[in-house]
Amino acid sequence: MNYKKILQKYRKDRTRLIEILKELQSREGHISEKAIISVADEFGLSRAEVEGVISFYHFLSDRPLGKYVVYLNNSITAEMAGREMVARAWEREAGCHFDQTSEDGLVTLLETSCIGMNDQEPAAIINGVVFTSLNPEKVKKLVGWMREGRAVQDMVEETGEGANGHELVRAMVRNNIQKTGPVVFGEYVPGQAIGKALETTPECIIDEVKKANLLGRGGAGFPTGLKWEFCRKEKGEQHFVICNADEGEPGTFKDRVILTERPEMVFEGMAIAGYAVGARLGILYLRHEYTYLRRYLEHVLQKMREQGWLGQNIAGRGFDFDIEIKMGAGAYVCGEESALIESAEGKRGEPRDRPPFPVQKGYLNLPSTVNNVETLATATQIITRGASWFRSMGTPVSAGTKLLSVSGDCERPGIYEVEYGLTVKELLEMVGAEDTLAVQVGGPSGNCISEAGFGRKICFSDLPTGGSIIIFNRSRDLFAVVRNFLDFFIEESCGWCVPCRAGNVLLKKKFEKIASGLGTVQDLKEIEAWGKIIKSTSRCGLGQTSPNPVLTTLSNFREVYQSRVSKEADFIPEFDLNRAVAEACAITGRKFQEEQEHA
Amino acid sequence: MPDKIKFTIDGKDCQADPGMTIYEAAKASGIYIPVLCHFEGLKPVGSCRICSVRVNGRWMASCTQPVTPGMVIENTSPEVEEYRRAIIEMLFVEGNHFCPACEKSGNCELQALAYRYQIMVPQFPYLFPKKDIEAFPKFLLEHNRCVQCQRCIRAIQTPDGKKIFAMKNRSGRVRINVDKKLAASLSDEEAQKAMDICPVGAILKKEVGFRVPIGQRKYDKKPIGSEIEEKR
Repeated sequence: MNYKKILQKYRKDRTRLIEILKELQSREGHISEKAIISVADEFGLSRAEVEGVISFYHFLSDRPLGKYVVYLNNSITAEMAGREMVARAWEREAGCHFDQTSEDGLVTLLETSCIGMNDQEPAAIINGVVFTSLNPEKVKKLVGWMREGRAVQDMVEETGEGANGHELVRAMVRNNIQKTGPVVFGEYVPGQAIGKALETTPECIIDEVKKANLLGRGGAGFPTGLKWEFCRKEKGEQHFVICNADEGEPGTFKDRVILTERPEMVFEGMAIAGYAVGARLGILYLRHEYTYLRRYLEHVLQKMREQGWLGQNIAGRGFDFDIEIKMGAGAYVCGEESALIESAEGKRGEPRDRPPFPVQKGYLNLPSTVNNVETLATATQIITRGASWFRSMGTPVSAGTKLLSVSGDCERPGIYEVEYGLTVKELLEMVGAEDTLAVQVGGPSGNCISEAGFGRKICFSDLPTGGSIIIFNRSRDLFAVVRNFLDFFIEESCGWCVPCRAGNVLLKKKFEKIASGLGTVQDLKEIEAWGKIIKSTSRCGLGQTSPNPVLTTLSNFREVYQSRVSKEADFIPEFDLNRAVAEACAITGRKFQEEQEHA
Repeated sequence: MPDKIKFTIDGKDCQADPGMTIYEAAKASGIYIPVLCHFEGLKPVGSCRICSVRVNGRWMASCTQPVTPGMVIENTSPEVEEYRRAIIEMLFVEGNHFCPACEKSGNCELQALAYRYQIMVPQFPYLFPKKDIEAFPKFLLEHNRCVQCQRCIRAIQTPDGKKIFAMKNRSGRVRINVDKKLAASLSDEEAQKAMDICPVGAILKKEVGFRVPIGQRKYDKKPIGSEIEEKR
């Protein structure tokens, strides 16, 4: 392969390294040693550095993969929807285990973290194409088609509603918009907001967004107007607007639906933000899992340029702003804004130390505002309809509406646009959830609440959420939920800092000791203390929230833990001899326990 | 000369120049904050978190956090010291550290920290990970002892800025990855520098060993941190 020729078109732009590696992988099926050498030489990097980037991301591989690469999602809702049966079907039909390639080189089976399809699990991504609502029969059919050599896109039999059926998308993904609201799914005429914005000054825009009290929709809730103001005030030869479309929190899929149905609103919001902070370039950082939307989004951008809403001299008012799409490659931590910037620069997605904050030194060390997809879409509507309209909805602290991605045990999973201040109880009625045991608000990093908390309100001052709502009914084992979440954080830790890298593994070990019935009251105290240490000393938001599955269930479902631990024993060793030799006993026909008793 | 920044550490009034990190400011006042990943002259990365302090109730890594006026810093409160001890113990159980057989014993900063914090047995279960030893022309890389402090990554680079050591993988699988081609061209001096800058016994220069007998090494004589505290 002529690597030189492929690399030439990227003009030694380091920020495009991940894109380059993806192209090489798509051409050869993996990133070969020769390809790594060529890339390293082209950019003046060592091979070790290039290998570092490749090995950071789920969807990049330096080992050969099969012709069809299946990434089966392993989130908790997938488990609840029968993922285990589907996984076994894949292994049976493909003739290999997970993390292996079939002997004929046809299929590679891999696992991946939440792919943003929680309302239509079990789901998988096969060569970039999303397959939802899988069951063993469908798996059998898919592998049959693979043996026939069918193209993956041609395996999509029926497309989802709305833009999912667009010729540039053709995805079987469903929007499942269950409840529209007045902001994101409200009345909207593309182009109006940017036109209106350019009639005023950037300061007025910032002022309006501040007056609207728009708080970041990604979950952290930082005031958007303030962020824009900080960014604007920073000196730098260039400023950037970055749209964070890397929703990786398990159970979140609202940005997927916004980008499918309201992309213009998001892009317009980016242009408005660009005008406010003094940026000429916006970057949409799109998670790899949503690659299937890329061509469509490029098409929307092109249409917007043709309409004069993007590009040079927007709306005839002398403002230049354009947007480019940068793809992620599979890493939850890249949803953290500084890690996202590192990744957008073509590096390992490791968070940065703050200060300096991205508004001071962000993309290419220049002032950058990083905003969530929903935040930017909402800003567009605020500019069109005004701050007081926006503040008439929601609560005084949490103005406006929020998109919730609801999944798990309920009649109607999907997207709900609701006003802030809605109680959990009201939400459960709205989505048709019965006999509910627990609600996970804000995903694994959020809060797992019990019935006692169903009167609480979804808003920044009570139960904040980036949008993820997962419902568990009374037939579910809470320990299976916590286990899944802890595994998720262990896998997604970037490995940079000790408490997150090692602490989460140790937390899980302690959790398993308790779950297996070998815990004591002392173990409960220790797991709580360890969780606090990890939260306090970790470097970024991942480690600072990763013990939450344990800590919030411990405080809201203490009785579940207490029923598993021994109240009398001061100490029970983690090692259980009977259990360890159980298999050997079964094979040899010897009964270990009885012998003990005779002795 | 810009005004000095005023702050307190454990109730003691301190002053520092603007731009200093909490660690540097404390050191200038003769106060020791334990560090492992940090090394003077290298850009701090905040990876080990042993230098965690509590500032006005919030936890921060003192090697990366700039000191600002009015900070009330807790450095030796029981909780701060307890959390640091936990992090040191985490490092012991996530690797395979057998001090008596290690060439770095007595010069090892992790071992010295464990002594300073009087760690007898870690509160955490050992993870006994399977890690390898790699050999390069001038040095050995003992992954069992590596603490991922990234000192080697930052300190040892080619004249044109290529990294000889780099991070590979993520999560608990994260490893220091050596560029074989570049490592082959390392000089004896650079290999020695890599070994000296490694806080533990992960990078070992070949063909020399135990030149200074155990018992006469740096931390055999004085506990870690005493060089800073002596200046108080």
